[in-house]
Amino acid sequence: MGFQPDTPIVLLPAYQEERSIGGLVRSLRERYPYDVLVVNDGSTDRTSEAAREAGATVLDLPCNLGIGGAVQTGFLYARDRGYDVVVRIDGDGQHEVEDIPKVLEPILAGRADAVIGSRFLGETEYRGSIPRIFGIRFFRLLVNVTTGYRVTDPTSGFFAINRRLVEFYSDHYPSDYPEVDAYILMHRLKARTVEVPVRMYDREEGKSSITPFRAVYYMVKVTLSFLINRIRRFG
Amino acid sequence: MNRVTLFSICASAGFLLYILEMVRRRKLREEYSILWLFGSALILVLSLKQDWLVGIAHAVGIVYPPSFLFLVGILFILLILIHFSIAISKLHQMNKKMAQEIALMKEKAMDGTSGDPPIGS
Repeated sequence: MGFQPDTPIVLLPAYQEERSIGGLVRSLRERYPYDVLVVNDGSTDRTSEAAREAGATVLDLPCNLGIGGAVQTGFLYARDRGYDVVVRIDGDGQHEVEDIPKVLEPILAGRADAVIGSRFLGETEYRGSIPRIFGIRFFRLLVNVTTGYRVTDPTSGFFAINRRLVEFYSDHYPSDYPEVDAYILMHRLKARTVEVPVRMYDREEGKSSITPFRAVYYMVKVTLSFLINRIRRFG
Repeated sequence: MNRVTLFSICASAGFLLYILEMVRRRKLREEYSILWLFGSALILVLSLKQDWLVGIAHAVGIVYPPSFLFLVGILFILLILIHFSIAISKLHQMNKKMAQEIALMKEKAMDGTSGDPPIGS
């Protein structure tokens, strides 16, 4: 207890990322001493092989579970193997690998249970489309009003969590669009959260999964499950 | 006996027998047949017992008694659909857990054959 070194693992959910995942895993392996875990969410391309060749541990889901289910698989792995901290970044190169220490630091220092990388703090190059910015503002308001957390980037998928949250998320993690929902879960756990500025880029490969119809579905679904999570029992 | 009543007797009786047969052949699990059986049995009884139907219909303010049968039918369909949504959600959850478990087990089985050995455990 106390001064035991924390062992982080970097978790990358990946679906059809054969072109970007290899380079990403390699740059993580070169830069950091941490284990790298890729959860291959039922890709039909060479995502799994590319990640493994680059030196990652790979979990191959037999079918596509969606982002939440894939990330949760990574939490289960981390829980079972005794990792203390999970850093989750996107498998498509949207998140800046160099910013990982910034996201880890408050957890390793014991100042936070969850650290979320925000593309809106500090100097930002991020330029989102108008609907996307509107959506982010809406969720920001929702999270701020219902949890009291001061959040600038509620949909950020670049975050680190400590052992306590890893264990909780292993049992309870939303199945799709989990990031906003996670705030309610953290609020229910009275988790200490910190946002740190990180860099995010436009996608290198592939297309964003958000279409107009999905965007509306996303808003409705997340709002609903967010509000229900406030009154749900977690046994 | 008017035609709509005759029709509902035949339809609900046939339906009831069909469900029973499906359960007997194990094509339909008992737990999913209960609502179907109750629904069709209730409609059958109300079709046979005209005076019960008229009594209940008037008690709830329905002028044309056979439309009470439709109401019962629709309510049962709603219940059954909700039941299905719950069953699907449960299956969805089970399916997710199984997929996750398979992924973790596959990795464990391949452990040591590739990549770095994981720490801990």
